[in-house]
Amino acid sequence: MAETATSTVGTDTYNYKVVRQFAIMAIIWGIVGMTVGVYIAAELAWPWLNFDIPYLTFSRLRPLHTNAVIFAFGGSALFATSYYVVQRTCHVRLISDKLAAFTFWGWQLVIVLAAITLPQGFTSTKEYAELEWPIDLLMAVVWIAYAIVFFGTIAKRRVSHIYVANWFYGAFIITIAILHIFNSLAIPVSMWKSYSAYAGVQDAMVQWWYGHNAVGFFLTAGFLGMMYYFVPKQAQRPVYSYRLSIVHFWALIFTYIWAGPHHLHYTALPDWTQSLGMVMSLILLAPSWGGMINGIMTLSGAWEKLRSDPILRFMIVAISFYGMSTFEGPMMAIKTVNALSHYTDWTIGHVHSGALGWVAMITMGSLYYLIPRLFGRELYSIKLVEVHFWTATIGVVLYITAMWVSGIMQGLMWRAVNPDGTLTYSFVESVQAMHPYYVTRWLGGVLFLAGMLIMAYNILKTVTSPQVAEINDTIPAPALAH
Amino acid sequence: MDIWTLFQSIWTIIVMILFVSIVVWAYSSKRKSAFYDAAHLPIDDDDSVGTTVKEKHHV
Repeated sequence: MAETATSTVGTDTYNYKVVRQFAIMAIIWGIVGMTVGVYIAAELAWPWLNFDIPYLTFSRLRPLHTNAVIFAFGGSALFATSYYVVQRTCHVRLISDKLAAFTFWGWQLVIVLAAITLPQGFTSTKEYAELEWPIDLLMAVVWIAYAIVFFGTIAKRRVSHIYVANWFYGAFIITIAILHIFNSLAIPVSMWKSYSAYAGVQDAMVQWWYGHNAVGFFLTAGFLGMMYYFVPKQAQRPVYSYRLSIVHFWALIFTYIWAGPHHLHYTALPDWTQSLGMVMSLILLAPSWGGMINGIMTLSGAWEKLRSDPILRFMIVAISFYGMSTFEGPMMAIKTVNALSHYTDWTIGHVHSGALGWVAMITMGSLYYLIPRLFGRELYSIKLVEVHFWTATIGVVLYITAMWVSGIMQGLMWRAVNPDGTLTYSFVESVQAMHPYYVTRWLGGVLFLAGMLIMAYNILKTVTSPQVAEINDTIPAPALAH
Repeated sequence: MDIWTLFQSIWTIIVMILFVSIVVWAYSSKRKSAFYDAAHLPIDDDDSVGTTVKEKHHV
């Protein structure tokens, strides 16, 4: 019975439906999350924009922005690409269509609940983990279902080797489950209020163990999975060094988990823990750059493709930003540098060079690759991809340079002292000095969002095109050993 | 030295040996052809859309 069932119609194709759903939602949530980002950037430049309405204040919209771009946009993109990659590299359909559909609808529900509760001020106050306990529980259930679908599919694969992209996706899924569950441990006191299970500096350490590894595993490992599949596919060349990809993977896994304390330099955290966090952050440069080199060198001997292929350019520029921000990160983790940079806009600039430059751009490149194949249609306009590429790139550069200048200036103004030991500048003077940079940052954000809207238009025209081609979703017959 | 500190030291050494072994394994010449196949796994898989273009009527 089970033997024959696998060869019936419906099971000899890959599950593209759930991939399509997540891919489209990634674009929609990207627009939503980035719009909120642009709005709060405008609020910082022109504070009257909150109109004294509590739901529109920076404090409530900021977690909405971060949750929407990380979990809604980034999350949907990771679900879409991981489901596609795991099927295509394992030559097998997802283990359960129903469970996969549950992860889609469950994840969308989490996002909608976040969008309802955060503006109302329901928050656990943990950065990037603000959602209150009922939503945390739902998220955990959806995530465990995701793990079952992903690893279940790997378990029944028909290719003996597990391709490196799946290792990165797998590490991302496992680690995020552990981080989310342990950081969210809390004692509920009412439907929308809970207190963290940890207290004092332990709470801070658990939070940044979570926070930095959300960066390391959600925003890095997951998107490296994307890089290891979609860059070779788009360039039509194998990854530069498969050996390096294995060393890259294990080096990243062994070191990332220790870097969290660099978020707590010069706090109540014990000095040795701070120093450990700093040293591990510095070591992280090696695996990060190993990965960057592996990604970029995949184009070795085919650099001319960059001139003609804007999709590939999205990917390679994304990897370049990955290299840049993984150099900047260890540098900022050095305690003496951190003494200047911490609590300034430099941090925000650093995060966005990673989030916009790396995460968003590798996602855009991958989605431009993926969507025509999922919908059996030619991409509507390569010219518009080109326009999107330049709009996004100029947007990121404006954003991060504005924040570098603003952040370093802020840091220097805060630490400036007169000969008699009094502070040279009052806090509000530093705020006033930041205004032009806040306007520039907002403009960078507007450009980046505009690029996203161009993408949405291009994709809409693509998926609604009457010109339909055959979708290549047939699972190949089991390959014989050779 | 208490037992926990001892465990931490041993664990650090185990993990270091493990990592070095992975590097040696990955760069051993025996693995070369297997990794060549692995690297070509996604590229050899054809996921392109077909060339036969038809008009869809109900959209």
